[in-house]
Amino acid sequence: MSVTDIQQGLARAGYVADDSLAMALHLAQVLGRPLLLEGPAGVGKTEVAKALSAMRDARLIRLQCYEGLDASHAIYEWNYQRQLLAIRAAEGSASEDQLFTDKYLLKRPLLEAISQDTPPVLLIDEIDRADEEFEAYLLEILSDFQITIPELGTIKARSRPIVILTANGTRDLSDALRRRCLYSFLDYPDRATELAILKARMPAVEGLLARQIVGVVQALRKEDLEKTPGIAEMLDWAAALSGLGVNDLAKAPGEVQATLVCLLKTAADYDAAPPEVMDRLIGKVA
Amino acid sequence: MQVTRFPSRAEGLSDRMSGFIAHLRMNGLRVGPRETGDALSALAAVDATDRDQARQALCALLAGDAEDWRRFDELFDAYWFNAGKQRAGTAQNAHVRVQSAKPKIWQDREQGDGAEDRHSRNDDATTPDPGDGEAEGTDGKLIATRTANLNRRDLRELMDEEALRQAEAAALSIARAIRDRRSRRRKQALRGPALDMRRIQRASLARGGEPLDLFRRARPPRPMRIVALCDVSGSMTVYSRVFLAFLKGLVSSGTEADAYLFHTRLMRVTEALRDHDSLRAAGRLSLMAEGFGGGTDISGSLDSFLSGYGARALNGRTVVVILSDGYCTRDPQALADVLARIRRKSRRIVWLNPLKGWKDYAPVAAAMQAALPHLDAHLPANTLDALAALEPEFRKL
Repeated sequence: MSVTDIQQGLARAGYVADDSLAMALHLAQVLGRPLLLEGPAGVGKTEVAKALSAMRDARLIRLQCYEGLDASHAIYEWNYQRQLLAIRAAEGSASEDQLFTDKYLLKRPLLEAISQDTPPVLLIDEIDRADEEFEAYLLEILSDFQITIPELGTIKARSRPIVILTANGTRDLSDALRRRCLYSFLDYPDRATELAILKARMPAVEGLLARQIVGVVQALRKEDLEKTPGIAEMLDWAAALSGLGVNDLAKAPGEVQATLVCLLKTAADYDAAPPEVMDRLIGKVA
Repeated sequence: MQVTRFPSRAEGLSDRMSGFIAHLRMNGLRVGPRETGDALSALAAVDATDRDQARQALCALLAGDAEDWRRFDELFDAYWFNAGKQRAGTAQNAHVRVQSAKPKIWQDREQGDGAEDRHSRNDDATTPDPGDGEAEGTDGKLIATRTANLNRRDLRELMDEEALRQAEAAALSIARAIRDRRSRRRKQALRGPALDMRRIQRASLARGGEPLDLFRRARPPRPMRIVALCDVSGSMTVYSRVFLAFLKGLVSSGTEADAYLFHTRLMRVTEALRDHDSLRAAGRLSLMAEGFGGGTDISGSLDSFLSGYGARALNGRTVVVILSDGYCTRDPQALADVLARIRRKSRRIVWLNPLKGWKDYAPVAAAMQAALPHLDAHLPANTLDALAALEPEFRKL
């Protein structure tokens, strides 16, 4: 599968990928290395994994990271209750070997991902939210695709999952993790790419309206805002406008103001884009 | 585009690739010998004769963070296409990642023989990476003394970006050092080193006395807060930019921190410093700091701090940091009084004095004399070294 194949495959799954991202995904599959995606919020980092799994028709296993995430939530845990019940039922004659088997192992996303027969897509979302200790757990999995469980021994991956990690800079990731990963930075798309995205996601929005929406969002990103609108916001806005039956932004200032809630997410940003500013932006685009 | 002509002794792709890796490492990317092999296998996986494909593949593989990613194209062109820019980015970047290879030494070499290097590349057989470091030892030593000198120079002479960044880094490490405090008492927690036997027993009743659910106890964090008051009066103007960088480091460290500037008036600058847009922050600060460099009224400013913000800003876990030279035009007794009052409301008071690092300095200024009994620490802050050395002092507080 070549780079252009990937690009086309992703396009069929509704994702527009630029050359460098497609190349990174290609290498991730060929070299079997995890791919670390960074970039501002709302540029479609998580979507990459979803589109990739749709393209390959593979299972998507997602691990959402959060502060305090630990091995028992991410990798595996013993089912203590079941073990105790088994001991009770066997009236103490149960031997230890019987207790520490697959039967009593609760698989969490990471163990799940390496014990699949067909390679799944493993998405480790917002890795920078997890604690630094958790990164250390990940190292073994990401470089050797194996998990060591003290009671059972080392479990090797049956198939190598395609691993995608996303981060948006809550915390600096360790060098050890970065070195094991391929890296790609996703930025806000340029006008043409964003139009293509809008077309892929919302074929109903066309012509003038699509150009206006993309133009205004692109212009808004250059304004002095606290939360820059991402692609997801742009799509929300397009959905809202087309749902209201707007065909031309310049002729529907009321609807534009009312639907700005889709784009601007803080009170300060809302104040920064009064009707006059929006009129100016729309005027520039038209 | 002109393609680099490699010397005859660099044979084949693998040699040139290891040269490229060395070139990247010299420019501050964290890559090692392992990446050379990886890079070759990556090239095998793509259409290596297509320049853009090769570039994108190597970029995905070798870049480690956003900054590397942005610089990669330039570095790639420099090595493979003789763009001659090969060291352009080094000076600003190499110091950040001193742990990789020996950037300092390389930097020196490059400044020393950069001109002839570039010159000779044009005619013929130069290696694109001046890899073999025959004279490393001596050069390295020279550089070491020079940097040490820089660190010991008085802050007044330092206004460059580098110094500001170091001041910020020093503040960050201080803030981190005092943030990681824990309570002495254990409280129930999801995770923790100790078992909460009482709760385990109580919960085991529901399961016939079998302790199925394990509850734990841990010592919850009790982070310290920092309130920093920085003097920006006339006598302190020379230090003010470095101290502002220091304040910025404190505020952006993630520790609860509050920053104020004062000369004859006091203003809160926490919000302005926290602004992630550094240009806008600079604008806001300069607006606020009108009258920068006038006279000083330390006691008056501290008094207005105490009556205005004190109730909110101070508590039993607050370290108050005052950055001032202690030259005050007002009655020293007033300063002693207000410090005593702040003392009662906060945990510690630390005075960072740029004059204290000077040889033969004695706190003879009347204000300093009056203030001393109320301070927990009176520390020098005249050099970057002194700022960096503050961390262990703060740890002790």
